[in-house]
Amino acid sequence: MSAIENGTVIDHIPAESVFQVIRILGLDKTDKQVYFGINLESKKFGTKGIIKISEKYFENVEVNKIALVAPSATMIEIRDFEVVSKNNVKIPETIEKIVKCFNPNCITNHEQVETKFRVFYDENNDLKLACRYCEKNTSRANVVFL
Amino acid sequence: MKNRSLVSINDFTKEEIIKILDLAESFEKNPRQNILNGKVIASLFFEPSTRTRLSFESAVQQLGGSIIGFASAATSSVQKGETLKDTILTVSNYSDLIVMRHHVDGSARYASEVASVPIINAGDGANQHPTQCLLDLYSIRKTQGTLDNLDIAFVGDLKYGRTVHSLTIALTMFNTRFHLVSPPELKLPSAVKRHIKEANLQYEQYTDFMDVMPKCDIIYMTRIQRERFPDPLDYEKVKNAYILQNQMLTGSKDKLKVLHPLPRVNEITTDVDSNPKAYYFEQALNGVYVRQALVASILGLA
Repeated sequence: MSAIENGTVIDHIPAESVFQVIRILGLDKTDKQVYFGINLESKKFGTKGIIKISEKYFENVEVNKIALVAPSATMIEIRDFEVVSKNNVKIPETIEKIVKCFNPNCITNHEQVETKFRVFYDENNDLKLACRYCEKNTSRANVVFL
Repeated sequence: MKNRSLVSINDFTKEEIIKILDLAESFEKNPRQNILNGKVIASLFFEPSTRTRLSFESAVQQLGGSIIGFASAATSSVQKGETLKDTILTVSNYSDLIVMRHHVDGSARYASEVASVPIINAGDGANQHPTQCLLDLYSIRKTQGTLDNLDIAFVGDLKYGRTVHSLTIALTMFNTRFHLVSPPELKLPSAVKRHIKEANLQYEQYTDFMDVMPKCDIIYMTRIQRERFPDPLDYEKVKNAYILQNQMLTGSKDKLKVLHPLPRVNEITTDVDSNPKAYYFEQALNGVYVRQALVASILGLA
């Protein structure tokens, strides 16, 4: 995959999550050049995915949205072919708009209401999303992206 | 509480809850005052609930306020396909405060975000019913003289009972010892038990109702519904085990009171009604004072 002059490289994405990352970051709608690779060899993970976006940089808030599907991902900022910074993604304290509430009787599944969740960890240290509206918890296994 | 919506009991601190209960006490002493004169309260019951609606409407009218609204979705524009958002935006124009009951979970929080006037949640689906929770706390404090350090038994359907969940979570602020009596199929969900644990409090689970009888200050009864059991035989096995009859109260504490959110079907036999330990009808009356306190305080009039 060719190097980019200016832009962002997202490395160490779990191979199966690449398309979700593309969707969450809106890269399916961008006019910038986007390259991606799936099932590439990785020393750490066996296989991995990678995405390169030319002429685009992300705010931390934006980047952290992908943490649910790609907690291992690294964000690399490239300027003039050089790596300027490398950051691991962090799971944010709140998740808005991108995840569906698991509760079929939640107002967000009945009217056009943007979902809002507070992220917390239960007694087994499993990640859960607490819905701002119906107050029910969606566990990671039940996460469906909108 | 001025201009603040009441959506979930979880939004309130212990101090805020006590302040509302104290205010309700002053309304109990003087329930007919003209302080809501000229105020219009909208009562939007997308889902019918006669008891809650009449309690609110009585509370408002005793204070001289007027009520507009509807008692079921069938008589509202929901019938024509109007969204909740549109109904709330419209009714905000006509009223100073909206009392809302809706069958969808989270509808109250959403309404409070779109409305230009405060919302009081009178029940949103299986989620919250904070005025019920406050009137339960009021009834417990009034009969026991305190909310602190009590032995409280919850009996019946602890799995699906919304009032049980909210009240349990609220009581964790008051050092309660919880006695949880239910068939194994209808135990308190672990998400609610987690709140008890996080508050470093104790709970015990029972299947035999009589085991808790001598220990409790409050018995909070709920109804076990047939439709909660996939196998009708399982329902038949337990249906009589959680019915409170008058003779069962022999040997209970003198200060014990029996509470029930009502409507009752058969889970408390009518011979209990004349026992001084039966408190469920007074409990319903306390709801009027608590709702007066909430409406007056949210409108900045108390």
